[in-house]
Amino acid sequence: MIEVERLTKRYGPTTVVEDVSFGCRPGTVTGFLGPNGAGKSTTMRMLCGLTPATSGTATVLGVPFASIPNPGRHVGVLLDASAQHAGRTGRETLALTARVLGVPAKRADEMLETVGLAGKAAGRRVGNYSLGMRQRLGIAQALVGDPSVLVLDEPANGLDPEGIYWMRTLLRDFADRGGAVLLSSHLLHEVEAVADTLVVIAGGRVVANGAKSDLLAPSGRTFVRALDPAALYTALVAAGLPVLRREPTGDGGEAFVVEAPAEAIGRAAAASRAVLLELRQAGGGGLEELFLTLTGGQAGPATPSPSVPQEALR
Amino acid sequence: MTVLDLTQAPARPPLTRLALVELVELRKMTDTRAGRWLLAIIALVAIATVVVFMAVRPADEQSAGQLFGLSQIGVGLLLPVVGILAVTGEWSQRTALTTFALVPQRLRILTAKVLAAVVLATGFVLLGLVLGVLGRGVGGVLGVSSGEWDLPVRAIGSMLLVEVATVLIGVAFGTLLMNTPVAIVLYFVLPTVWTTVGSMVKALRDASVWLDTNRAFEPLTGESAATGTEWARAGTAIALWMVVPLAIGAYRLMKREVK
Repeated sequence: MIEVERLTKRYGPTTVVEDVSFGCRPGTVTGFLGPNGAGKSTTMRMLCGLTPATSGTATVLGVPFASIPNPGRHVGVLLDASAQHAGRTGRETLALTARVLGVPAKRADEMLETVGLAGKAAGRRVGNYSLGMRQRLGIAQALVGDPSVLVLDEPANGLDPEGIYWMRTLLRDFADRGGAVLLSSHLLHEVEAVADTLVVIAGGRVVANGAKSDLLAPSGRTFVRALDPAALYTALVAAGLPVLRREPTGDGGEAFVVEAPAEAIGRAAAASRAVLLELRQAGGGGLEELFLTLTGGQAGPATPSPSVPQEALR
Repeated sequence: MTVLDLTQAPARPPLTRLALVELVELRKMTDTRAGRWLLAIIALVAIATVVVFMAVRPADEQSAGQLFGLSQIGVGLLLPVVGILAVTGEWSQRTALTTFALVPQRLRILTAKVLAAVVLATGFVLLGLVLGVLGRGVGGVLGVSSGEWDLPVRAIGSMLLVEVATVLIGVAFGTLLMNTPVAIVLYFVLPTVWTTVGSMVKALRDASVWLDTNRAFEPLTGESAATGTEWARAGTAIALWMVVPLAIGAYRLMKREVK
């Protein structure tokens, strides 16, 4: 329902978004991940026709966003929860949106109910809202037109844990009813629980793109810890098993991540009579590790690490 | 993949759509705290001007037409600020993100804002008419007013034109500058600077009657009908202060990134 093809944005000599392509299918939640400044918001604004693209195309429901008659009826957009008039009440903000979209005013009240802003909160001015309340209002605004596609930029920002859980449920339901959701975040755990597909962007380029289950597929790496780390290390090296990483443990010992199946490691340890304390599949940190590797583990724009073959992640 | 069939799209005639967006823009000028206060203050100033005039001036000066004209002094001064805010507010409050995501046709929004400003100006002219007649009536009863009752159509028409032009100059400044404080300051300072310079520099004196709104609009609301030259001067001033900034601003709006 969303197709982004070779989208590029340059500001003078600076390339903010480069050759970004991905798609969102009905019934799925696509997590759009990347550190701050990676180009997520710029990509989303280009998708919504607010920022002109230098090159490339973006379509929603098969057409450019700006060509959709009354787009709010098809695409719910939340690009910045703080971008609301501070002097307008929450109810009035939604009533205006309902008016533009041509949906009954009743729909605005229903949405306030849905996001938990009904009653007293609705009558307060947005200037007095917390960031979490603005996010809820923004989500309500995106939903007023009963769209089939949602484009949400960092909607979990400022939400409390309960709010994040609520939003996940809401987005999951939306996708399960056949909608498509594009959801950006710079925090993995916000997206990990709800997304089906992940697009990871760093330094303006897509560095990983695929189904969450594929991206998180077992790596063939094993985490191992022994009573005597030195002895285990010697045994692993002797058996010709590649040790990828050495991790200090809390008690002053050392654990290893090995590129080998658990059985081979177990045999090597048994042969040298090393006592194992832990032997399990590595990568328990889920996306965190993937994300940190891909983005270079830093907050700023990062060049994709050449040591991570993109194909291996698909 | 689901593709939107544009031929099956809800066929809302463009004109109705514009009217709808215009109503929304009109509502947006009046539903914020700042907007409400500003409009209330303008109305209060109009009323106060009429009341003060009635209290201090001789009875025979107090005609309905005179009171009507007086009521519009404050309106002409302050209503353009509403016009400026209607446009710059989208950027200072960053609501442009939502506005243009809902209506990607940016010129449609600008047109709607212009029309909404015209409606507001017309509303205040109507308020002025009511104040003029009411003031003369009440003044008559109290024995302080004994002037004429008639409100010439020419005077009303010219006043409406000047009012609309004034508020649209505000909208034009807002559209061009897209920044609230800059637009408001320049709106008030530029014409005054122009008037001052025009009256001081001999070479500019002739040009200033054509390009200074303060002087060009004056004959339009005067006692006698404006001459052809006077109309031409008003038209030139409108072109310089309204049409040019609005056109450049519209171009900027089309090109700029909304963020």
